[in-house]
Amino acid sequence: MFDALSEKLQATLASLRSRGTLTEQDVTAALREIRLALLEADVNLEVVKQFTAAVRERAVGSDIIGQLNPGQQVVKIVHEELAELLGGPAAAIEFASSPPTVILMVGLQGSGKTTATAKLAHYLQAEHHSTVAVAACDTQRPAAIEQLVTVATNAGATVYEQGTERSPVEIAKWALERAKQDGKDVLIVDTSGRLHVDEALMAELGEICRVTDPDDVLLVLDAMTGQDAVNVAAQFGAALPLTGSVLTKLDGDARGGAALSVRSVTGKPILFASLGEKRDQFERFHPERMAQRILGMGDVLTLIEKAGKEVDERESEKLEARLRQGEFDLDDFLSQLRMMRRMGPLQGLLSMIPGLGTQLRGMKVDEREIDRIQAIILSMTPHERRHPELIKGARRLRIARGSGTSVQAVNQLVKQFAHVRKVMRQVGRGRMPDLAALGRPPR
Amino acid sequence: MTPGQAAASSASRKPTQLSGPRRNHLARVARDWDELLLTRRGRSAAVDEDGEDADGRRRGAFSRLRESLRATRQALGSEVAATFSRTLTAHDWDALEESLIVADVGGPAAAEIVSGLESTVRRERLDGDELRERLVELLAAEATVTGGAPLHIDLRPEPTVILMVGVNGTGKTTTIGKLAWRLTHEEGLRVLLAAADTFRAAATEQLERWAERAGADIVTAAAGSDPGSVAFDAVARARGEGYDVVLVDTAGRLHNQEPLMAELAKVRRVIANQLAGAPHETLLSLDATTGQNGLRQARAFADAVALDGIVLTKLDGSAKGGIALAIARELAIPVKLIGIGEALEDLRPFDPDEFARALIE
Ligand SMILES: Nc1nc2c(ncn2[C@@H]2O[C@H](COP(=O)(O)OP(=O)(O)O)[C@@H](O)[C@H]2O)c(=O)[nH]1
Ligand SMILES: [Mg+2]
Repeated sequence: MFDALSEKLQATLASLRSRGTLTEQDVTAALREIRLALLEADVNLEVVKQFTAAVRERAVGSDIIGQLNPGQQVVKIVHEELAELLGGPAAAIEFASSPPTVILMVGLQGSGKTTATAKLAHYLQAEHHSTVAVAACDTQRPAAIEQLVTVATNAGATVYEQGTERSPVEIAKWALERAKQDGKDVLIVDTSGRLHVDEALMAELGEICRVTDPDDVLLVLDAMTGQDAVNVAAQFGAALPLTGSVLTKLDGDARGGAALSVRSVTGKPILFASLGEKRDQFERFHPERMAQRILGMGDVLTLIEKAGKEVDERESEKLEARLRQGEFDLDDFLSQLRMMRRMGPLQGLLSMIPGLGTQLRGMKVDEREIDRIQAIILSMTPHERRHPELIKGARRLRIARGSGTSVQAVNQLVKQFAHVRKVMRQVGRGRMPDLAALGRPPR
Repeated sequence: MTPGQAAASSASRKPTQLSGPRRNHLARVARDWDELLLTRRGRSAAVDEDGEDADGRRRGAFSRLRESLRATRQALGSEVAATFSRTLTAHDWDALEESLIVADVGGPAAAEIVSGLESTVRRERLDGDELRERLVELLAAEATVTGGAPLHIDLRPEPTVILMVGVNGTGKTTTIGKLAWRLTHEEGLRVLLAAADTFRAAATEQLERWAERAGADIVTAAAGSDPGSVAFDAVARARGEGYDVVLVDTAGRLHNQEPLMAELAKVRRVIANQLAGAPHETLLSLDATTGQNGLRQARAFADAVALDGIVLTKLDGSAKGGIALAIARELAIPVKLIGIGEALEDLRPFDPDEFARALIE
């Protein structure tokens, strides 16, 4: 099914034909397919809407890199945005300044809290050499305590349990005291699964939170969760100071779009991925992998990555050759600008010129200015780009109108380019250039 | 209704007779326990002896469900509901499609359903309240499987073996507990549970607790022992001791893990070897919160063990279980039961009307 989708996407997108920059139509056509892919992956409809709107804004008018077709270019942007949204600030467990660190595990019934509790205990012992205890506060589900005792003990953690007679709040409070007495580094509190619409039980969680004052409150979420993930996240987030989430059952074949929903509703990072029933099948969450999984377009993404690399190399070589021959026209200027935007000036061709790299460091590229320069150059005929000295009078006016700028702006660009060309010719002949003119927009 | 009449009306629900225009089948879909369960006595003794009480309980269960669905209705409902009082514009159809997507019906299925509804409504020239009711009816028809597995659960074989399968945490054990209670307490049947989840820690203890609550007996084995042999022993014991129903609990497993699916297929074969025709009913427990992956779950479990029906659990939350609609359309596997809580009585026969109403309300 995913393959079919990916194929369909490629077919739709391959027929798009604009060159240079993405048009409104390209983006609209591509986003229609992306929307379906995201919905198929269970990203919430509202989140899809917001997300595609943001992508549209970024995509329209942006450059198409080399071999990619417009559709693939949109996918590339979508993938980058997804990874960024899923990642955000570096995510890790917050440790208390004075132990024990208290970690509260919450979530719906059957989401995998107990298993995740034991795995997290194992992880913290192995990775942080912490001494870990777990509090058995699921007094609701039959035999939940027996389950926790078995899995947590196997994971090497101490279990504090008091059966099912006392209330979860009392047990949590008592367990915290014991953890202090026993000098534990970490106390993980396992709680009953509950529905986010169950007001009484949500209030009970609030109470557990109050008496244990946790450093981390982790929402445990099944990767197979559908559209409702936003409601779950919103309600748990409203009742508790969530600090992050754990995504479970990722060893299944769900695309896991719920991750995106939760991330955008709570604004909190996804810390861990749980990938099986064995206790070491638990790892730090990788936003990059998740973005790929949600999009389910592995092939397209690989292609994009390759095409992107190839084109940069090819362009660099071409440009270098032209530089050596002392040729440098407005097309070269444009492709250099695009490369600078894509990679930052230091990775661009200019930085490969000896001595130039250090001087370019810290130079800011003004995005809007680049957009303007680009618009002007694209409004010129290929002949004009090769022979900027022709740009005068009527041509100048036409270019200004075509690019939505002014005659002065066109003039400035032509002047600046003349200067840059002089510099580049010096470079081509092996002399140190005058850097003042490079990359800086004309004023 | 006398037991005789009930038996007659049960007979009329045989799948072979479910032909003709789709909407007419709605009247024959099980919405009630005595319609869902086909027993040797026709109707359950409890209902016959004490009809009023049973009705009272029924109303109780309904209002519970309504109550629990209220939050969802409010979240989604107003926009769609408002549009049904007049004729529908393109925008309204979009809103309907969106509410189906948000209910996890899935993008392609939602689009198809809405365009189907649109042409029906145009053909029938409906508007106002009439339109709203008709939409519910049409959606309910979408959720009703025709020509697939029977819509009832046949408890006439002696013993009837019911195999419960599904992904981890979806509600298999809980459903077995609730069903066992229903069958012992309300239907007066002798029920034996088989603790064939020998894998998850304390799974047997969990089922033992349910057996006590439900007044059922249980066959257990040591942790880690062969699930097939637990099922085999339970069926053998049920035959020897004259139990009416055997409910076999199994370990949760992800449908993409082939060795585990093969293990499940083996459990099924072992049961069939012990008793020809068994298991008589294989039920998939599906969490209503599940998104599009539910379709893959259903397909994989159906391939491995052949499914007769679905138990849609956790409908007491705000998720609507729309994926069941996609499953009904694609795989013709009917939802037979719904879970609406964690208590013994929180299991209900599936009512497509109510389900449809919740989708758009
Ligand atoms: N609210 C609610 N919780 C349910 C329902 N069915 C099962 N659960 C809960 O879901 C969790 C997992 O159920 P369990 O029967 O252990 O799942 P299994 O792993 O498939 O056997 C438990 O906490 C159950 O109490 C339901 O219909 N509603
Ligand atoms: Mg179970």
